[in-house]
Amino acid sequence: MQVEMTVNGQPMAADVEPRTLLVHYLRDHLGLTGTNVGCDTSSCGACTIHIDGESAKACTMLAVQARGADVTTIEGLATNGELHPMQTAFMECHGLQCGYCTPGMVMAATSLLAENPNPSEHEVREGLEGNLCRCTGYHNIVKAVLAAAEGGSQ
Amino acid sequence: MTATESAPTTTHIGARKLRKEDPKLLTGEGKYVDDIHVPGELWMGMVRSTMAHARITGVDTSAAAEMPGVHAVYTGPELQGMGLWAAPLPCAWPVTEDMVNPPHYPTAVDEVHHVGEIVAVVLADSRYGAADAAEQVVVDYEPLPAVASIAAARDGDDMAHSDLESNKAYSWPLVPDPEALDAAFASATHTIKAEFVQQRLIPAAMEPRGVLAVPSPAGGDITLYSATQVPHILKVMVAATTGLPESKLRVIAPAVGGGFGAKLNINPDEILAATLAHKLGRAVRWTETRSEAAFSTHQGRGQLQTIEVAADADGKLKGVRVHLDADMGAYMMLITPGVPLLGSFLYTGVYDVPAFGFSCDGYFTNLTPTDAYRGAGRPEASYAIERAMDLLAAEVGVGPDEIRRRNYLAGGGHFENLETASTLVFDSGHYAPTLDAALELSGYGDLRAEQQRRRDAGESKQLGIGMCTYVEICGLAPSRALAGLNFGSGGWEHAVVRFLPTGKVEVVSGSTPHGQGHETAWSQIVADKLGIDPDDVTVLHSDTAISPLGLDTYGSRSLAVGGVAIAMACDKVIDKAKLIAAHQLEANPDDLEFADGSFTVKGSPDMTMPIQGVAFGAFTAHNLPDGMEPNLQEQVSFDPPNFAFPFGTHICVVEIDEDTGEVKLLDYTAVDDCGNQVNPLIVEGQVHGGIVQGVAQALWEGASYDEDGNCRNPSLLDYLVPSAAEVPSMKLGATYTPSTSNPLGVKGVGEAGTIGSAAAVINAICDALSPYGIKDIEMPATPARVWKTIQEAKGGQS
Repeated sequence: MQVEMTVNGQPMAADVEPRTLLVHYLRDHLGLTGTNVGCDTSSCGACTIHIDGESAKACTMLAVQARGADVTTIEGLATNGELHPMQTAFMECHGLQCGYCTPGMVMAATSLLAENPNPSEHEVREGLEGNLCRCTGYHNIVKAVLAAAEGGSQ
Repeated sequence: MTATESAPTTTHIGARKLRKEDPKLLTGEGKYVDDIHVPGELWMGMVRSTMAHARITGVDTSAAAEMPGVHAVYTGPELQGMGLWAAPLPCAWPVTEDMVNPPHYPTAVDEVHHVGEIVAVVLADSRYGAADAAEQVVVDYEPLPAVASIAAARDGDDMAHSDLESNKAYSWPLVPDPEALDAAFASATHTIKAEFVQQRLIPAAMEPRGVLAVPSPAGGDITLYSATQVPHILKVMVAATTGLPESKLRVIAPAVGGGFGAKLNINPDEILAATLAHKLGRAVRWTETRSEAAFSTHQGRGQLQTIEVAADADGKLKGVRVHLDADMGAYMMLITPGVPLLGSFLYTGVYDVPAFGFSCDGYFTNLTPTDAYRGAGRPEASYAIERAMDLLAAEVGVGPDEIRRRNYLAGGGHFENLETASTLVFDSGHYAPTLDAALELSGYGDLRAEQQRRRDAGESKQLGIGMCTYVEICGLAPSRALAGLNFGSGGWEHAVVRFLPTGKVEVVSGSTPHGQGHETAWSQIVADKLGIDPDDVTVLHSDTAISPLGLDTYGSRSLAVGGVAIAMACDKVIDKAKLIAAHQLEANPDDLEFADGSFTVKGSPDMTMPIQGVAFGAFTAHNLPDGMEPNLQEQVSFDPPNFAFPFGTHICVVEIDEDTGEVKLLDYTAVDDCGNQVNPLIVEGQVHGGIVQGVAQALWEGASYDEDGNCRNPSLLDYLVPSAAEVPSMKLGATYTPSTSNPLGVKGVGEAGTIGSAAAVINAICDALSPYGIKDIEMPATPARVWKTIQEAKGGQS
């Protein structure tokens, strides 16, 4: 089945099995392996991407459901070699360790600030509830998101 | 040397340097195993047992074999008959001479011993195709009675392995002085006896495990990519298990998404991928699904603990006696039997205990095998003694802080190289300042006042304050100490430091990171030692072709063993460079000083040579002292003389909604001492993450099994790994008591948070519920369990 969508600003087209999950289309067909898979129940959020500007878990939908969509993955977040302010904040606050949840966490966090540019700590914690991290205890992730908000990144 | 209020720093060691690792990981450049592909690769799908204990009476692979895209289907007996392996999967820690160790092959042959044991394997040309084909294999079972708990293994008549006469795998005692122990209890004023359950935990590193074996059919070699903490150990063990020559094996741990002990094993999938790739001449890969991980990756904990403490009228400890019944699961994995023993020496905690006794019985069950999980034996020990100390405090009628103060080793003062009743020599400690700091940082006085106010007002949301002063054993390990425990390996770590001709430095690290930030921390050590910029240091690791010697990462050993090896290799580099510099400056080596990256003749500041210049001279070899080898490269295998013993005090504040049983974590304070710190940013990150993993054991996590041995909660829908919404920000403090076990004075910190936190949380809950006479609650303290405990206590009062 033919799917066409824009991924990180580039038009992409491929012939995939109808059952292909969007996350596997991105990873296995387009080679965009920055979007990770951490579970099989849409619980962990490692595969969070942006679809038409809003965060979504790429394991919860089929590639064909994203036909015509404008998809951004972690590979598309930095521009011209400059880290996105959220990426910078994660680095400066030590908001990542093993890095596996990080792409999804960063994508979720940028979407969170797009919806709520000045969240409280409580709002950040609630807003990231769909993204699991096993390394950081979330302390520095929350700090990073608040720092990015403070910096007016959105 | 003693605790200081601020971190000791040099130019780079002690600095909060941002991590070198981050830009790649933040942009999706990090390559984990599932990100790496080779042409012609075959996807392996596992047919896993649906029964915990059964005889296999038939396996029908015909439908699977006929599916398009399926390359092959192999049953257990077929694989066994192919001569793919030379030995069962390894257990490197036979803790006793007579330990029972049933053979554990990558696939079951005629009897399965836990749900998820591999019965057959399919190879297909796609991820989905392998999963589809595995589902089409039909297995017939004749059920056998399942042994689904430690109690069933210990007390029941059913055997987890039908050819065994007992489920007991071993009994391991540690009673240095039985008479003294009996006398301590006989003369005690207060004795406490408590039983605790250490529930099984699913480690749940965010990256599931995965493997990719790439053969070179003509050359006969195999490259094995694995999401492993232990590429070096894996290489040795794959060779020993398969008979493939070790020299033909290369193991690469690419980016690895967390481990927590779950990735330190030698797993069936790794052996299957390596041997099938070798046999077929095609790459073979497998990626674990999350829900599969409850069966395909070992679990942690799984102990029933009995602890008895004896004390005098003032609550001063006289003796501690401990017995464990430990759940091995269905098989002995790499260090399964030794995990409870890693904690054995710590059941006296941070306290001056004159007499001590410990025993552990290991039992087989028909459940997923257990093995190391963050802390591995030590969180269990800390939990038992720290819970018991709170029970003792209540018995004696003093506060939890006071009971601890009365019993700290060395009266709470600073000590070095102190032998404890458990026979270990603690390198250094200074416990009281961590308690003082934690009390202050947490606002302990105000918390107690608020607790009293809520009690007086009869509010439905009550406050609980719990504490824990922990000590851990890390820096695994002195090789001779491991020999004494019958462990099958040494505990050294290897490092190479080399100058490249252009003055840049390459470090080859034998310890392998999976999130800990080795590249950054090692650069800081080298930069300080050699007087160069940390950005001029590149750290190579996790590939046995690049780093052939190493013993990898577990037991909070990387810095205290591997980091020290790097520092020592730098010293050797400087020693050699000094000889070259002296030769070229026409000076006596003894007259040279090395500072800020340059050699200078004492008293002659103009006679100077930067180490990069020396390195270039060593490379050209035009003008070296007679007989000196060219190049500037040194290596060290460091075998530590002793373990390192980090410690700290944690204080947890919970709010319990008595109407619903919900426990809310309001505040968490941790004052940890891991000796000198290389990078406080990294230390804090380790502590944060460790705390939440321990909190999670206390409040939410636990692999639950039915009586047939089925895991009720294998997926992340049911197994409650906490999110950001469940935990608060934490308050951290630190003291700095240098280790005497290594020249950097460092200790490990990777497991500390987990070792301190579960006891602090449960102590807080029991503190909140103490007005009801509630003394204990089993982990995880779920709302249902807390509510029920309160209701029963209320009922008992009325």
